[in-house]
Amino acid sequence: MDAEVTLDRAETGEFGDFLEAIFERYHYDFRHYAEASLRRRLAAALAHFGYHELSELRARVLGDREVFTELLRFLTVQVSDLFRDPSYYRALREHVVPVLKTYPSLKIWVAGCATGEEAYSLAILLREEGLLERTQIYATDIHPESLRVAEEGVYALDRLARFSENYLLAGGRASLADYYVARYASAVLDRSLKRSILFADHSLATDSVFAETQLVSCRNVLIYFERALQDRAIGVLHDSLCRRGFLGLGSKESLRFSTHAVSFAEFLPDVRIYQRR
Amino acid sequence: MLETQAKAIVIGGSSGALDALGVILPALPRGFLVPLAIVLHVPPSKPNGLVDLFRATASLAVKEAEDKEPLAPGTVYVACPSYHLLVERGGYFSLSVDEPVHFSRPAIDVLFESAADAYGRSLAGVLLSGANEDGALGLSRILAAGGSTVVQDPNTASARQMPEAALRDGLAHRVLPPRDIAPYLVHFAAEHFAPGKSPVKEHG
Ligand SMILES: C[S@@+](CC[C@H](N)C(=O)[O-])C[C@H]1O[C@@H](n2cnc3c(N)ncnc32)[C@H](O)[C@@H]1O
Repeated sequence: MDAEVTLDRAETGEFGDFLEAIFERYHYDFRHYAEASLRRRLAAALAHFGYHELSELRARVLGDREVFTELLRFLTVQVSDLFRDPSYYRALREHVVPVLKTYPSLKIWVAGCATGEEAYSLAILLREEGLLERTQIYATDIHPESLRVAEEGVYALDRLARFSENYLLAGGRASLADYYVARYASAVLDRSLKRSILFADHSLATDSVFAETQLVSCRNVLIYFERALQDRAIGVLHDSLCRRGFLGLGSKESLRFSTHAVSFAEFLPDVRIYQRR
Repeated sequence: MLETQAKAIVIGGSSGALDALGVILPALPRGFLVPLAIVLHVPPSKPNGLVDLFRATASLAVKEAEDKEPLAPGTVYVACPSYHLLVERGGYFSLSVDEPVHFSRPAIDVLFESAADAYGRSLAGVLLSGANEDGALGLSRILAAGGSTVVQDPNTASARQMPEAALRDGLAHRVLPPRDIAPYLVHFAAEHFAPGKSPVKEHG
């Protein structure tokens, strides 16, 4: 997205107003997102819609919900992989699963699940550990189109080589091919995995806790937030966890600067897995 | 928006840039008071050995840039693999996993553009040796925001494409061999810190 269009520094107020207007009209709250990458993506949206001024885009978006839905694709970042950062999943398998096995039933929350890869990765891992049958996975995101893709569990076949490699590095016990069938250029994930996952709309910026969970995985979402919003979100994740429940973050995210840091123990700091005190 | 007093330096490169940085970083003296952020294209799976590499020779503090970490004077920040590195207007970093740019994540353009937006004329951008055209657009943004731009002399670069793309577009205030880049940056730092003086720019 080498956008020729750029939002220059003079447009600070206009940028804030734009986010404010979106919040008022559609109740999506991007006001406290990290600004630099959001600006970049808005510039790409301007180019996509063929506008030069934010004011033009604003008028279109506020007047037409479908245009807003299309804009959401730019405001959010839908980049994910099956078993992204294999060492994270390997650590879950080796160190967290043994604890999870002590619970008679499990609830797991994948917050910011994008197109579902993280939730399916966990489902595969839990199946191999004999836990999936007693687990309910909630996978949430704010982007409806991604949730729809996640629901289908169909991914481009050319991504599967990489996914397979990740799966094996993550300590997979079989072959990833056991969990999908190839259909034309697509890999269709085993429908039985889907039975344990509930995909739903939920915003870490505006919504609150909905279930008590033993594990929350929230990866590469917090980096898109300003500090204060990060704290709000971590508060929600914290409140969702049972005592001694686990929180997994992205490989470059941490609780170090969070006001909630004291409420967690560093369980496996290298892979950013924390445990609620 | 930042005070014009706050200032920063951003450096980007790919193949051949390590050689140049091996000359530039050791020549920056202790007491150098401007933060530096570096994006190099590194293969995604390699662990970040750059920090150790630079630490061995630099007299400044060297560390990986972390999400929401404020830029501190006299510190060299290295972008970690697989994430874009951005500078926010409040003078701190953000990371992102947005799509790669020029097949690269981190991308030089992303760092340069965001830093230009945050620091305006208080920014110097340095584009080094490299084998693709990442960085040229970013350098143009630094220029447009009133910052200072340096491009490594292609004759001293083991990969000419990156510096040449910038020169083709007329984006360099200075075209310098690696050994002259640190002195230029020292000058940039000093000039900016002297109260009441604004940088003199010759466009080339
Ligand atoms: C880069 S993806 C991360 C996907 C996955 N967790 C991973 O690490 O591979 C970031 C996701 O966060 C979602 N997101 C952004 N703002 C959110 C919010 N306020 N609440 C919940 N999810 C959000 C985006 O829609 C996007 O799907």
